[in-house]
Amino acid sequence: MNNNIISIQNLKFAYGKEPEYEPVLKDIDLSVKKGEFIAVLGENGSGKSTLAKLLNALIVPSDGDVFINGINTKDSSKIWDIRQAVGMVFQNPDNQLVSTIVEDDVAFGPENLGIEPAEIRRRVDSSLKAVDMYEERLKEPHRLSGGQKQRVAIAGIIAMRPECIVLDEPTAMLDPVGRSEVMSTIMRLNKEEGITILLITHFMEEAAVADRVIVMNRGEIKMNGTPKEVFSDVKEVKEYGLDVPQVTELAYMLRNAGIDIPAGVITVDEMVDILCQL
Amino acid sequence: MSIIAKDLNYTYGQGSPFETKALNSVSLEINDGEFVGLIGHTGSGKSTLIQHLNGLLHPTSGQVFVDGVDISEKGMNLKEIRRRVGLVFQYPEHQLFEETVYKDVAFGPKNIGIGSSEIDKTVKWAISEVGLDYDEVKDKSPFELSGGQRRRVAIAGVLSMRPEVMILDEPTAGLDPKGRDEILSEVNKLNKQEGITVILVSHSMEDVAKLADKLIVMNKGEIVMTGTPREVFENPKLLLSIGLGVPQVTLLFERLRERGWDVRSDILTVEEARDDILKRVGKRD
Repeated sequence: MNNNIISIQNLKFAYGKEPEYEPVLKDIDLSVKKGEFIAVLGENGSGKSTLAKLLNALIVPSDGDVFINGINTKDSSKIWDIRQAVGMVFQNPDNQLVSTIVEDDVAFGPENLGIEPAEIRRRVDSSLKAVDMYEERLKEPHRLSGGQKQRVAIAGIIAMRPECIVLDEPTAMLDPVGRSEVMSTIMRLNKEEGITILLITHFMEEAAVADRVIVMNRGEIKMNGTPKEVFSDVKEVKEYGLDVPQVTELAYMLRNAGIDIPAGVITVDEMVDILCQL
Repeated sequence: MSIIAKDLNYTYGQGSPFETKALNSVSLEINDGEFVGLIGHTGSGKSTLIQHLNGLLHPTSGQVFVDGVDISEKGMNLKEIRRRVGLVFQYPEHQLFEETVYKDVAFGPKNIGIGSSEIDKTVKWAISEVGLDYDEVKDKSPFELSGGQRRRVAIAGVLSMRPEVMILDEPTAGLDPKGRDEILSEVNKLNKQEGITVILVSHSMEDVAKLADKLIVMNKGEIVMTGTPREVFENPKLLLSIGLGVPQVTLLFERLRERGWDVRSDILTVEEARDDILKRVGKRD
């Protein structure tokens, strides 16, 4: 077996029978290696969330296949293996928390998996520590900030010991502080725990820290490369209704004005160094 | 229409174990026709403050003057105040409830007894102001529309009351970059062309930097800074210390200055940054 955790082949998906229903996704081929951090960009309606739902068998392809660890998501006898391997975090933290105490909420998943109590306790504690919410374990979720709630939701997923987490705009409803809390949690889980991350986002700065960026448009994957590669084509990115980080745009404008600046600058630090070497 | 707040204090759950002081002697002045950006991290008091500006909340102490009239006085016609000061909440599309877009946008004016031909005109105007095609959407159910379109319908519902001031609480949250730009340019048009005073609550420093005449920065229930975007963003360290960001180019220029570059300290947009850098490095071909 290869080391792809996700493998998508010739995928097509429509929410009903054609021709009444246009396919929402078409001709999708994508492989994700274990431990990769992938950001998915695309305007509303480009098919990002549909793609996310296909990854843990909330829906199955109309055509083509999705394999998780080599298991086809159409194999309904393996559906719980798939959902345990691929955890999902959604946009609105208030829709994902079910219990009245933080640690109960995190225990909900493993309890459902029928794990023994002592192990649940261990998992709840370690998951809450992993998202830096252990101190808040006895609090009521509704008294937490948005960023804290979202981290509890992530802890609930980690407690299921997934190999991959798919996050569908987890920071869209958060303020800058909450956003950076959630982003540093995601990055830590990826780097330290080796969890594969697929992050759907509208924030270009978040995509800039991923290993690979995928740009979707009208149900197809249009760009697929490192953040540097993708953002170096400012014009194409904008054609898909997206933006680039401000420094990337600045570098692009300066290059057009004849200044010798490489394509695909994405961070402030890089830009400072480049300008200082001019 | 001007709004003046004098020494506002507001405490939630007074006398209960969860008593929290949400506003602490807040005073502000918003002039007729201004575009004001209100920024501050979650829990800084922004939402509490804006609810005072049309009398949804009454201050524990202090006063709010709308067009020179103290709205906390007894016998005040708050309905009229709320018509003139329109408030668009966060995720306003969750409040749509009518069968058709037309009915939803017409709900407000109908409620205050406007005649049907006048309503017709107003609804048409409001829907086109938010960038939707009236004939295409009027008979649709709001639920057939995309998220961005639904949000526009909700904004049109407030516009149809012909407000003189519009307060929008994070109108672009959760939208993609294109949707974000579209809504903001429509809000900007309402301000510039229709003369509506706008108060925009936002987490996006890039957006308020581009649009606002004046910024009000809140932290822990207090106003910590007021000024033009240039004045406010000249102090990135203070903004960062209270949990706010600054536009990426502002940060870049701050860092360049630290490295000894003699660049402007009040950069707000990518275009300004380009021009300033070009001045320093010159063109090399």
